[in-house]
Amino acid sequence: MPPRAIPYLKAAVHLFCINPVFYLVHLYRSGMLANQADPVNFLTHYTGDWALWILLADLAITPVRRLSPKLAWLIRFRRMVGEYAFFYATLHLLIYIFLFSGYDVPTAWAGLRAGHLMEPLHQLRLVWPTMLDDLKKRWFIQIGLLSWLILLALAVTSPQRVLRAMGGKNWQRLHRLVYVAGIAACLHYWLLVKAGVRAPLKDTVVLSVLLLARIAWSAWKKWGRPTPAVRVARAA
Amino acid sequence: MLIRSSSNIPSSEITPKSTYDAYRRDRRSFLAGLGAMGAAAMLPAVAHADTPGLTRLKTVSSNYKLSETTTPESKAQSYNNYYEFGTDKGDPSRNAHTMHVRPWAVQVEGLVAKPQTIGIDTLINYRPLEDRTYRFRCVEAWSMVIPWNGYPLSEFIKAMNPLPSAKYIQFISLADKAQMPLLGESGINPPYSEGLRMDEAMNPLTLLTFGSYGETLANQQGAPIRVIVPWKYGFKSPKAIVKIRFVKDMPPTTWNDLDAQEYGFYSNVNPNYDNARWSQAHERRLDSASSLFAKTVPTLMFNGYQDQVQGMYAGMDLRKNY
Repeated sequence: MPPRAIPYLKAAVHLFCINPVFYLVHLYRSGMLANQADPVNFLTHYTGDWALWILLADLAITPVRRLSPKLAWLIRFRRMVGEYAFFYATLHLLIYIFLFSGYDVPTAWAGLRAGHLMEPLHQLRLVWPTMLDDLKKRWFIQIGLLSWLILLALAVTSPQRVLRAMGGKNWQRLHRLVYVAGIAACLHYWLLVKAGVRAPLKDTVVLSVLLLARIAWSAWKKWGRPTPAVRVARAA
Repeated sequence: MLIRSSSNIPSSEITPKSTYDAYRRDRRSFLAGLGAMGAAAMLPAVAHADTPGLTRLKTVSSNYKLSETTTPESKAQSYNNYYEFGTDKGDPSRNAHTMHVRPWAVQVEGLVAKPQTIGIDTLINYRPLEDRTYRFRCVEAWSMVIPWNGYPLSEFIKAMNPLPSAKYIQFISLADKAQMPLLGESGINPPYSEGLRMDEAMNPLTLLTFGSYGETLANQQGAPIRVIVPWKYGFKSPKAIVKIRFVKDMPPTTWNDLDAQEYGFYSNVNPNYDNARWSQAHERRLDSASSLFAKTVPTLMFNGYQDQVQGMYAGMDLRKNY
């Protein structure tokens, strides 16, 4: 990949990752979103799906890069794709808090417009017990939140400055948690669908393949022949 | 009653003579049964249908009305749980067109005076179809307000003359891979089976349903015949019924078989008893034609039909018999 092409490719990846938001805006403006039978449910699943898909795409970067030294440039996309996964996971969480929970957006908004600045907070207090109950009792909420918290930690520590401050080893150790986030996200999906629904299967297969690729790579590094990259490194 | 001009009836839908003759026989025996009860069959007149493919029904009004906003028909017909046509709630409205609702017959068997097979038109015409608006509460914590058209299941049961040993009634839904290409693709085992205790089935609220919004049911809503049990979660209201069986013991039911912890045989709407995975205290009321923000309303005990049904469960621990 010629270095000159990288910025263009980055722009393309940005466009691809932000496109689901543009599509959502389009659905909203055309009225198609409100005409959905259950817009809140649609938004929840839409953002959850994109968070998981982009996270899987992010997890695929390293195994694909290892296929050939020629693909080394792929690493330069890992951070931005990971940040998009965090972005959609955050949207998903916000939709849970402000729409799915039963939060009364129209009343909060009307209150704000009438100058009652505390109205949004008051509305949040009304649904807080329900959310707390979810958090205490429900596996799929706990595991989903765990996944988001991991993504949050990774997003916060993703800038180069933080990497340098943390030291490469620590940073890498922390960022291996991305696999835990992926597993938690898939588990979160399985736990919330009703018995008999196999919608999370495809995502789970992809995740499993990516995890296996990683395990195979570690095993190869440990017991297999040194890879060309390692040999080069040793020679140098 | 589906009346079409001869030109647009596909040959695949034309009833073979043998089936038609069987219909005539069933109809006669069914009507003979009715005659004894002194009831007269009323024929719903057919008018222009508003929704393509559906037929307007002649209905009579009833006292079952709600002051709550009715869910738009388009929403009720595009958001359905019907795993035979896919597990996404948008799937059935896209896929259910492959199903044929004529000819159709319901087989009545088990502990009844006379097992028989009854054609759908005989069933529709047996009693006047009432307009009844009920709350419809899905176990997934969303709800609609839907005007159904049908008559009490009790009227049908009385005409069937069940034996005293019949304590439960079981409903079996259509399971035909040719008409339902996705049948069996989800994790549920066809055919769909549901059941009620006899007193629940005889409750005046339990509706043998042929239409909604004054029209025949859309395929994805459970055409041509289903049961609506408004104080229970939606999955207790089976669709596309082909068999009604009177039995002595509690029949196996699909969701209970799949996950007995989560879906009890009774599955009465109960805000105080949470589903294993989410709260049942509230529901998203899907009634607005074009609002992004669904109203979240508190779920009512027995879906608001407490007065009419709680007597049946007197002395029962509803946490144990969920």
